[in-house]
Amino acid sequence: MSGQTIGQQSIQFREPVFIISGASIVGKKEGEGPLGDAFDLVGEDPMFGTDSWEEAESTLQKETAGLAIAKAGLKNWQIRTIYAGDLLAQSVASSFGIADLGIPVYGLYGACSTMGEALSLGSMAVAAGYGEYVLAVTSSHFGSAEKEFRFPLSYGNQRPLSATWTVTGSGACVLGRQGGRARIMGVTTGKIIDYGLKDPQNMGACMAPAACDTIYQNFMDFDRMPEDYDKIVTGDLGKVGQQILWDLLAKKGYDIRKQHMDCGLKIYDGKTQDTHSGGSGCGCAATVFVSYILPKIESGEWERVLFVPTGALMSKVSFNEGQSVPGVAHAVVVETAGKGER
Amino acid sequence: MPDIQTQKEQKEYEKYVKQVTPTHSLPMNMVRAFLVGGLICLAGQWIMNMCLGYGLGQQVSGSWTSGILILISVILTGFNIYPKLAKFAGAGSLVPITGFANSVAASAIEFQKEGQVMGIGCKIFTIAGPVILFGIFSSWILGIIYWVLKITGVM
Repeated sequence: MSGQTIGQQSIQFREPVFIISGASIVGKKEGEGPLGDAFDLVGEDPMFGTDSWEEAESTLQKETAGLAIAKAGLKNWQIRTIYAGDLLAQSVASSFGIADLGIPVYGLYGACSTMGEALSLGSMAVAAGYGEYVLAVTSSHFGSAEKEFRFPLSYGNQRPLSATWTVTGSGACVLGRQGGRARIMGVTTGKIIDYGLKDPQNMGACMAPAACDTIYQNFMDFDRMPEDYDKIVTGDLGKVGQQILWDLLAKKGYDIRKQHMDCGLKIYDGKTQDTHSGGSGCGCAATVFVSYILPKIESGEWERVLFVPTGALMSKVSFNEGQSVPGVAHAVVVETAGKGER
Repeated sequence: MPDIQTQKEQKEYEKYVKQVTPTHSLPMNMVRAFLVGGLICLAGQWIMNMCLGYGLGQQVSGSWTSGILILISVILTGFNIYPKLAKFAGAGSLVPITGFANSVAASAIEFQKEGQVMGIGCKIFTIAGPVILFGIFSSWILGIIYWVLKITGVM
């Protein structure tokens, strides 16, 4: 069996991996945003019927995972492994969320890029024959993320304009060898890129160099141009990060402005929802991908999409100890099933 | 430590990021802070005058004023109104005693889920802690200076 690697950092699957189903559940604010109707469920209660933000996020993830499995017409036992992650320390939202499902699990951490990581590893497992069906799921919650990384919710302070708003939401995809109208053709795994920035309130600027590096590498490895994609979708760069990504890629000779879209800018209405630079969090890229991008690929409106969730790798401790905020981005190439064969 | 070339590139990137990152308008923020901060102080003065009017002494009236302002701030924090005020006013609502009360109450509310001792007990001063520590420390230093000036006969 010859290898399936291509270029420096990418994999091109010999047999594509299908995205059989996707499910997304979000909070009230996301439900009021421009994509409100596209989500499967909108939870009115920010606590999701639990006592704490952490439990709320776990519940959110569990419900979303269950919904994705149900939409695929499968039972829990048919899922070979779950690839799950979130933003909390030691990924507790995932651990406590999917424990009840009784499915073998790999816990991941890639900050807000985790959906890219989960889809990459999940599709690799399926492509390699390590499972008929696997599940990729990530989540984030505004309350738990603020508590983990910033201040108590009712503490009064002014958020900088470059700050992003953590999405309360969870997205899940069931991947498999067949079935479904979208398929993953390959992945480009990102390096950790550090431009020395130390401002965790400007994560877009911290992550843009990583997004640039991964997208550039994807073009190199697959020998493609921006025009070869109908959309290039980043995770949560926001307004600031988007501008920087365009500038950085322009310096390398690529203009992606026509194809580019950022999930963080899509999920909220920046004018009325007071979210400053845009949305962020593991749930941002995951819910927008499942609710907005995947249907467009399935319908053939977009035939080939490069999905590049971005993550800022830092903790409260690393920040207090004066470390910079490096970024990482993982790219997944998703196509309409049957593209080029019809 | 990164080498000089990398350091230079990082500096350049930082400069570039500063250019493309929007910031709050400083004059606007100062006006808002002045207005809201001023209003809070005005409210304080009003309470103070009331107390004095009831015939309480200067010191007792001062204590009542602080206490009432703190109580109002904590109640507004509980109803999630204080953060909205702070979003508008910035330092105007942060610097007065009400901002301090907000930081303590907000921590207590947030960490209550982690228990009375490990939650509220350990974390109630996560934001206010530095203010308390360095406030007491600096008053202690000033006390020593005052004492030295006094025994040397300067004051």
